[in-house]
Amino acid sequence: MKPFLREKIPVALSEIPETPAYEAGYLVTKNAGWRNIRPVINKEMCVGCLQCYLYCPDGVIFKKDGKVAIDYDFCKGCGICKRICKLGAIEMEAEK
Amino acid sequence: MSVTAKTLCEDEFFYGHKACAGCGGSLAVRVALKVLGERAVAVLPAGCMSAVGFNFPQLCFGNNAIISTFAGTASMLTGIEAGLRAQGITDFQAVGFAGDGGTADIGLQALSGAIDRNDDILYICYDNEAYMNTGIQKSSLTPFGAKTTTTPVGKNIRGNLRPKKNMFEIVAAHGIPYAATASIGYLNDFLRKVEKASKIKGTKYIHIIAPCPTGWGTATDMTVEIAKEVVDCGLWYLAEYENGVYTLNYEPKQFTDPAEYLKKQGRFKHLTEEDIQTITASRDAKWEQIYKTFQIN
Repeated sequence: MKPFLREKIPVALSEIPETPAYEAGYLVTKNAGWRNIRPVINKEMCVGCLQCYLYCPDGVIFKKDGKVAIDYDFCKGCGICKRICKLGAIEMEAEK
Repeated sequence: MSVTAKTLCEDEFFYGHKACAGCGGSLAVRVALKVLGERAVAVLPAGCMSAVGFNFPQLCFGNNAIISTFAGTASMLTGIEAGLRAQGITDFQAVGFAGDGGTADIGLQALSGAIDRNDDILYICYDNEAYMNTGIQKSSLTPFGAKTTTTPVGKNIRGNLRPKKNMFEIVAAHGIPYAATASIGYLNDFLRKVEKASKIKGTKYIHIIAPCPTGWGTATDMTVEIAKEVVDCGLWYLAEYENGVYTLNYEPKQFTDPAEYLKKQGRFKHLTEEDIQTITASRDAKWEQIYKTFQIN
């Protein structure tokens, strides 16, 4: 199962479990704010070799229509995907 | 044929974590879990991956995962494996992800015990060469010359005085069913090793080099390249140990210059020519031993 964003953020004491166990994959915050630069995929140059998808430490690059797309909610902008892309299909652009 | 980027499980099991941008350790954990799948039960001792994966209520593992004591990764794996087996559950893989400190220093006794009992577990050490989570202190897997907060650089001492512990061969010396080294720069090799290990019964150990941009003083986008270069310059090697035989999986045709690898990193900036020669000489001695005792693939 892929962890996903939930609406409910447990805050009150009654919402916090008594046992030290909780639902797997429970996300309440994004990582997008960490980023100064963002990777942008050039769809025409991408051949879907999936190397960026394989080497992304955060797993934010996913397969889409035989090519790849990026989940910008969780991308931290490290730039590994740009370095790994042999075709130069990924560019880093400044966040505005 | 072993699993590749194209055939890898599309689900993510380590997502939304708070690791630094460009973290090598999180890449190793993410990829290993994609190979092992949903039925993996992960154990994480104190260290980066437990610190970034479990920030209640932000829980970043999509499979069952638990934090263990720092010293007890292998013991908890043993317990989980025995407990699930006692309940009649068979289609799972108990997997531990410990850092270099949690493996070679603090967790070594528990790991040695588990190998001795030959419990059916997979232990993966992501080696970022210091205690990065607590602020870059030296561990026994920190290489010679590296600057950490406990091996500083000054007039008299230039970084770490001791060489890196040979953890792979220490584990292999137990007569373990399967042990391997890997690097996040060569992920296809790592994928194959994790898949192979998951099919072997008994204790399995994989030691993967995972650069840390924060602790190594490198740019965040250099993580994978640095991990490739450490193998290409001969300071790390990709090997396996199985049925009492060591096998070298990848033989660089010609080593690249270690000085180039070292100078790219903030932690080695201070090294003198003499230090680099010491490192090169110890590399050559290691490879002489590899050529003598390893089978070349």
